[in-house]
Amino acid sequence: MSAILVSFPVVGTVPVAAGLPPAGSRLRRKRPVSWVGSAAMVMALLSLVPLGFVVWAALNTGWPTVSALIFRPRVAELLLNTALLVVCTVPVCAVLAVALAWLTERSDLPGARIWSWLAVAPLAVPAFVHSYAWITVAPGLQGLAGGVLVSVVAYFPFLYLPVSAALRRLDPGMEDTAASLGLGPWRVFFRVVLPQLRLALCGGALLVGLHLLAEYGLYVMIRFDTFTTAIVDQFQSSYNGPAANMLSGVLVLCCFALLSLESWARGDARYARVGTGAARLPLLRRLRGTTALCLALPVLTTALALGVPLVTLGRWLAAGGAAVWRLDEIWPAVWQTLALGVAGALLTTLAAVPMAWLSIRAPGRFQRVLEACNYLVGSLPGVVVALALVTVTVRVAMPIYQTAVTVLLAYLLMFLPRALISLRAGIAQAPVELEHAARSLGRTPAQAIWAITMRLAAPSAAAGAALVALGITNELTATLLLAPNGTHTLATSFWAYSSEIDYAAAAPYALIMVLLSLPMTWLLYTQSKRTAGR
Amino acid sequence: MTFTLSRSCSRLVTGAASVALGAALMAAPLAASAQAVTPSQEGIVVYNAQHTSLTKAWADGFTRDTGIKVTLRNGSDTELGNQIVQEGTASPADVFLTENSPAMALVDSAGLFAPLATDTLALVPSNFRPANGHWVGIAARSTVFVYNKSKLTTAQLPKSMMDLANPSWKGRWAASPAGADFQAIVSAMLELKGEVATAAWLKAMKVNAIAYKGNGVVLKAVNAGQIDGGIIYHYYRAGDQAKTGENSNNTEVHYFRNQDPGAFVSISGGGVLASSKHKAEAQAFVQWVAGKGGQDVLKNGDSYEYAVGNGAQSNRRLVPLAELQAPLVEPTRLNSKKVSDLMTLAGML
Repeated sequence: MSAILVSFPVVGTVPVAAGLPPAGSRLRRKRPVSWVGSAAMVMALLSLVPLGFVVWAALNTGWPTVSALIFRPRVAELLLNTALLVVCTVPVCAVLAVALAWLTERSDLPGARIWSWLAVAPLAVPAFVHSYAWITVAPGLQGLAGGVLVSVVAYFPFLYLPVSAALRRLDPGMEDTAASLGLGPWRVFFRVVLPQLRLALCGGALLVGLHLLAEYGLYVMIRFDTFTTAIVDQFQSSYNGPAANMLSGVLVLCCFALLSLESWARGDARYARVGTGAARLPLLRRLRGTTALCLALPVLTTALALGVPLVTLGRWLAAGGAAVWRLDEIWPAVWQTLALGVAGALLTTLAAVPMAWLSIRAPGRFQRVLEACNYLVGSLPGVVVALALVTVTVRVAMPIYQTAVTVLLAYLLMFLPRALISLRAGIAQAPVELEHAARSLGRTPAQAIWAITMRLAAPSAAAGAALVALGITNELTATLLLAPNGTHTLATSFWAYSSEIDYAAAAPYALIMVLLSLPMTWLLYTQSKRTAGR
Repeated sequence: MTFTLSRSCSRLVTGAASVALGAALMAAPLAASAQAVTPSQEGIVVYNAQHTSLTKAWADGFTRDTGIKVTLRNGSDTELGNQIVQEGTASPADVFLTENSPAMALVDSAGLFAPLATDTLALVPSNFRPANGHWVGIAARSTVFVYNKSKLTTAQLPKSMMDLANPSWKGRWAASPAGADFQAIVSAMLELKGEVATAAWLKAMKVNAIAYKGNGVVLKAVNAGQIDGGIIYHYYRAGDQAKTGENSNNTEVHYFRNQDPGAFVSISGGGVLASSKHKAEAQAFVQWVAGKGGQDVLKNGDSYEYAVGNGAQSNRRLVPLAELQAPLVEPTRLNSKKVSDLMTLAGML
C-alpha cells in the first residue's frame, strides 16, 4: 500500500488555534521557538530531497534526452491510463461512499453500526492483497475495468470515513428549513446536504486519487500499466537510469495536478453553523418498504470488499495446508516488519513534534510554507521517494546506503503527514496557559512543552503513530527498493511468492498483514466516530 | 532509535548464523573444495537475480558444507547489475549471480569482477563461460514458445521467433517484456540479426504481443486460453508439470531449434566482485555452485534449469541441451543497455 494520508477535512469546527496568536507571537522571538523552528526547518528541508532530486535529475540529464524520454507515445499511453483510472474510480468511490454514509448515519438501516464498521474494515486489507484475491476469483480480470473495480473496493473507505463523519455532524435544522419551504426529500439532499459534504468529498477524493497514483502491486497483478508500474519496470531493467527518473518527474507533476484540482474544487467557502445552543441529533429516515433493497448495497459492498479477499485467503490457506507455514521464514518477516513499523512510527512521531507545536503555538506564513513541504512530500508515491533516496545515498551518503536508516528515512518522509495531523489536533487541545503556569513555576520552556503539552497530546500522538505503523506494515514499493540486505518484510515476502505464482505460500503473509492492520483500522474508525462527538 | 534497530537486527542475524554454523559443524565435516577457507563472522553478501528458491537451496547447501554464512539480496538481472556498477568499489556485494548473461557482461565491462580461480573455471566447459575467465556459467535455460493445445495445432506454430512480428500474430502471443529473461532473448536477437531488424521486430511486438508481468503469469494465461502462445523459458512449464500442472496442463512447448534467435540458450552467470572483502569465501561459493554440489541441486531440485558443469547431468524430465540446436552467441557481447534503450524506444518500457 502506498504512502499518503492527508487530513480528513473538518467541517464547521471552531478554529482552535485562532484564539492563541498573542501568546504565540510573544513567544516567537524567544529561544525555544527558534530551537523548535530550526528542527522544523531541518525536517522541511529533508522533505524537499525527493523533489530536489527530480529537478536535479532533469537538469543533469540534458534537454534532448529529457524531451526524448518524456515526449514519447509510451508516456502518453501511461498518462491516459493513469488519468482514466482516476476519472473512473474516484466518482464511483464518491457515490458509493455517500450512499453508504447516508444509509449508516441517516436511515434506520438494520445493523447500521455494524455496516459502518464493515465499510471501514477493507482498509485492513492491503491493496495488493485485494488484487491477489480478485485475480484468483476472476483470472481474466485485467486492464482498466479490472483496475477500477479493485481500486474501488480497496479505497472507497478513504471517502466513506470523512463523508460519514461530516454527515453525522450536520445540523438537521437546515434540512428542516428547506423542507418547510417546500423541497422534497431528494431535493433537500442535493441542494442542502450534498453541498455541505463538499469539503469531506474533496479531501477524501484527493486521498483516493493520490493512492491511485502511488499504488504498485495492485496494478501489476491486474495487468494495468500506470506511471508507478512503469517506473518500477524501468528500475528493474536499468536501476536508476534517466528513463525511470523522467517518468518519476511526470508522476510528480500528476500529483501536483491532483493537489491543485482539489484545492480549486474545495474553494474558499466554509460552512458554519450559526445560532445558539447545540444542534439536535438528526431524525433517522424510515426506509420502510425499501429496507431490503437498501440493505443490498452494504451487503454487496461487504461481499466484494471483505468477502472476496477473506474467502480467497481461506481457500489458499486450505489448499496450502501446514506446508505453507514455513515458520523459519515467517517469524523473521514478522519481526522485521514489526521492528521497522515501531521504529518508523516512533521516529516519524518525534520528527513531527516541532512542526505540530509551531503550527498551533506560533502559526505564521513562514511556518505554513514549512508545513506545506511536509504535506507535499507525503503526497508523493513511495517509488518516487525511494528512487531519490537510492540515488542520493549511493552517490553522496554511502555509509547509510542500504541500511535501516535509509528505509526509515523513506517511511518518515512518506508518512509524516499522518503523524503531523494527529499530533496537531492533540496539541491544539492542550491549553497554552498550562504551559505558561509550568514556566512560572520554574520549568524551562523545553521542560514545559515536554511535561505538559506533550503529555496531554500523548493520546493523539499514539493514534498518529498507529497510522504510521499501519502504513509501514503494508508498504511495498519503497521497501522493495530500499530494504537492507537480508531484510524481508511481510509485504516483500508476500510479493516474492505471489510473483512466482505461488499463491498458497503467499497466503500466510497476507493473513498476518490483515491481522496486524485490523486494530489500527479499528482505531481509525473509532477516531472518526469521536471527532463527530459520538 | 534507528541505530538500535539496525544493531539489534544484525545481532539477530548473527545469532541465527551461529546456530547454523553450530549445526553445520556438528552435522557434516567440511567439504573438500572449500576446506581452506575459515568462515568469517559476517559471511558473504550475494546479489541474487536467480530465482530466490534456487539460490536459497544453493546457499543452504553451501553453508551446510562450509559453515560460511550467506546473505541474499534479491532483485532482477539488470537492476542488480546496474546497481553494482553504481555502487562501484563500495559495493556491499561479494558475489553476483544472474539468470542471464547480459548483466554479467555489464558488470564485467565496468571492470568490477575479480578473476575466478582456475580450478573453478575448469569445472565448466568453455562454451558456458567467457574467455576472460571473469565469471562462469552456473546454469542454463532455453527459450521456448509455449502454446495452448486447443488454440494451436503443430502446423500453425511459428517456424522462427521472427515470424511473431507478422500481422497474422496480432493479439495472439504474449511475453514478459519488463523481465530480464525476455530482455536477454532480445539481446541474443540483437547479436544475431542486428539492430535494424531487432528494432523493427520490437516495434511489431508492441502491436502484436500482450505484455504480462512475469513468465509464470504468461504460462498461466496461455494455459487459461486467454492467449494462444507466449515466449518464455523452458523451466516454467517443466516446474509446473512436476508439481500439480494446474497452470500448464492445457499447454505444450515448441522448441524453435535451427539456430533461430528463439532457440537461444541463456547462460546464468556467477562471479566474484573485485571489491569483495571476503574474496576467499566468495570464490569458494562460486566454486561450490559451479561444482558438484550446486549442479546436483539443479538435477535433483525443483528449479528445472539445465546443469552446465563438466559431466553434470540435468533433470531427466528435460529435453537434453545438445538436442536444442541453439544459436552460437558469445555471452560477453550481449548488450543489456542497448536492449533496454531499444525497448524504451519501441514503447515497451
